Amino acid sequence: MTHLGYLLVGWGVSLGALGLYAVRVIQRGRQAAARVPANRRRWLASEDAS
Amino acid sequence: MTTPAISEAPVHTRSTTSRLLGVAVLVGLVALVVLGFFGAPEDDEQADAVRLIFVHVPSALLTYAAFSVTAVGSVMWLWKRSVWWDLVAHGSAELGVIFCGLTLFTGSVWGRPTWNTYWDWGDVRLVTTLILFLLMIGYLAVRSMGGDESAIATRSAIVALIAAVNLPIVNRSVEWWFDRTLHQKSSLTDGNLEDLTLFTLLLGVVVWSIFYVWAMIHRFRVGWLERELRVGDLDLAIEQRRAEAHAAGDGGDQ
Repeated sequence: MTHLGYLLVGWGVSLGALGLYAVRVIQRGRQAAARVPANRRRWLASEDAS
Repeated sequence: MTTPAISEAPVHTRSTTSRLLGVAVLVGLVALVVLGFFGAPEDDEQADAVRLIFVHVPSALLTYAAFSVTAVGSVMWLWKRSVWWDLVAHGSAELGVIFCGLTLFTGSVWGRPTWNTYWDWGDVRLVTTLILFLLMIGYLAVRSMGGDESAIATRSAIVALIAAVNLPIVNRSVEWWFDRTLHQKSSLTDGNLEDLTLFTLLLGVVVWSIFYVWAMIHRFRVGWLERELRVGDLDLAIEQRRAEAHAAGDGGDQ
């Protein structure tokens, strides 16, 4: 395969950035949810929450 | 079937829908990597460097989509003062900055083997995309300022609408200034892609889109929770100030 270095950098940074953002947004959600009173976490009281 | 009591609300932002979307993203990514690296054929001119199209073009399309949603959310804030739309605008801007950054980065990496340069200041699409990126960084900077929630939302909405003017310019730049760009016209519509290459590219767009929806669900909920915290802190501060004022008043009466 030609240009393997460019491919690995381009794909690696793309998937890495999306993965890091996903982890970060989940962490932020957990931290914030732990501090907000339960009666203000509106969507979490629906049947969709599990 | 019973609805969980509010007091039993779990400490996270996921839901059944977001879980299903998350699984779809992971499955789609595996398929995209397999097809992108081993399924799609190499290009006659670019050889294997063409495989960067499968991350570059989806990132570019999701940049347009995310910033368009931010523009709509900003209009809705200015028009209706809708906090819901303001949170949507903010979350989508954050994702749009990531997609736009990836567009610039993967384009630069792709440009080196195909155009023999990482960057060309004379290329209108590159420069207008960079301006869009910097404008939306500015949007997030305005968002991070402290102060009145409503004023910040209004200021950032104005920045978003200024940035949105640049969206059609970025998109049409390869046609309006066709002699001042290294870019080709739309990869999706020019009809030059082979079947499996086109399929893999469309798969990349679908996977990136599902990721965007998944991330927006979580990001909206994070935004909501963080707003509740700020509002809650403000309410607490007002109550304390009132209590202090009341105590001072009692002391003055004695």
